Amino acid sequence: MNAIEIEGLTKRYGALTAVNGLRLTVRQGELFALLGVNGAGKTTTIKMLSCLTRPDGGDALLLGKSITREPEEVKKLLAVSPQETAVAPKLTVRENLELMAGISGADKAETKRRIEALSGQLGLQEVLTRPAGKLSGGWQRRLSIAMALILEPKILFLDEPTLGLDVLARSALWEVIRSLKGNMTIILTTHYMEEAEELSDRIGVMGAGHLLQVGTAAELEAATGTDSLEKAFIALAKEAAK
Amino acid sequence: MKRALLLAKRNAKEILRDPLNLCFGLGFPLVLLGLLTAIQANVPKELFPLDQLTPGIAVFGLSFMSLFSATLISRDRSSALLLRLYTTPLRPLDYILGYALPMVPIALAQSAITLLFGVILGLPWTPRLLLCLLTTVPVGWIFIGTGLLCGSLLTDKQVGGICGALLTNLTGWFAGIWFDVELVGGFFKTVSNILPFYHGVELGRAAYAGTLSSALSHLWVVLAWALGLLSVAVWAFLHQMRKN
Repeated sequence: MNAIEIEGLTKRYGALTAVNGLRLTVRQGELFALLGVNGAGKTTTIKMLSCLTRPDGGDALLLGKSITREPEEVKKLLAVSPQETAVAPKLTVRENLELMAGISGADKAETKRRIEALSGQLGLQEVLTRPAGKLSGGWQRRLSIAMALILEPKILFLDEPTLGLDVLARSALWEVIRSLKGNMTIILTTHYMEEAEELSDRIGVMGAGHLLQVGTAAELEAATGTDSLEKAFIALAKEAAK
Repeated sequence: MKRALLLAKRNAKEILRDPLNLCFGLGFPLVLLGLLTAIQANVPKELFPLDQLTPGIAVFGLSFMSLFSATLISRDRSSALLLRLYTTPLRPLDYILGYALPMVPIALAQSAITLLFGVILGLPWTPRLLLCLLTTVPVGWIFIGTGLLCGSLLTDKQVGGICGALLTNLTGWFAGIWFDVELVGGFFKTVSNILPFYHGVELGRAAYAGTLSSALSHLWVVLAWALGLLSVAVWAFLHQMRKN
């Protein structure tokens, strides 16, 4: 079974069609990057797939569960790390993680086990007792991802996970994301070409609500006759804007 | 219900760990009560009798509940924490309870401390003081509903203006805490009678005085406002939830 099967997914806001007849398949364990300029439809796609927004047309199956007919079941399979840090600032790192684990239905022993495992994996031990609001941007992003991971999702949506981070913090977060590869299906949206190239198995380029091209970085370059992902992206985005 | 309680626990921690909340929510009403009592001690005319002032200040203190609750919700919206929670198995009722429930013990504790401080300042202790404390529960729901409503519709900056400045001023002016609304009369009295704050204060005063019929006449108005505001607040919260 594929992790995600999208069939004709469409979302309209008044006269604007934000996502238009999207078709895509993502395999289990794959890290799939969605690239696109602002307004291309990436965030709307993620919102529909994570049951935050109801599509106006089409459907998507997440591990066989329909986002339109079984949203409650779909929510049990996924977790989202939003573009914003989305942490509870006055709670400590541990309390933030306990909150999310509790909401997912984990009991005390299970919550403790998950926090210990995640702290080791993401290097959170040194900040567990610190208030989340006092952490640096890089640590807050790391916590944000940990708050998604503690739900033990089968499918993880990472929306611009390194936006606004410095080079070192970004590099550290890339390591975290690399360590997750293969354990779950990850959908990553990003503006950074090197991030998509470095981390993803396949890349989808969106423009004007359409999925313009899907493939590995090399396949996208070959399809556009360019010698870098950035040039391939620009060529595709310009074509979509015509 | 377990999930709602988890969210409620988190929300209580967020509010109680903010020193500004403690300063304004608890400290300010106590300072006001102490200050007005000190003024009273130095003037021959009875301006601020404690049996009238203390229930009034308790209601005034409750107006800060709206600010706490609305600020928390609007910040959770802007930081996308609510967006994150919307993708979890939490149900709409869990959010409503999660944001409203923690405000009840906080409001009750704040009112109890205010009334106790009144006793320390010289308000005669009677068991009816407990009845007076109980009347702050329905009044508290008015402010909790207002907080839920404003937090759902406004940004955190707008919340500061509406709940922090406008609502506390409306409560302060139209509740008849420090002057008799009847003496002002006219339009001012009409507005005071329409808004719930005056009835909230009179309800507390009547409960303390043991005048049941007067208390009941104000209780209905308070309950009607609380129910109305909570209904609109729930609608607004669910509306913004669907909009996301």
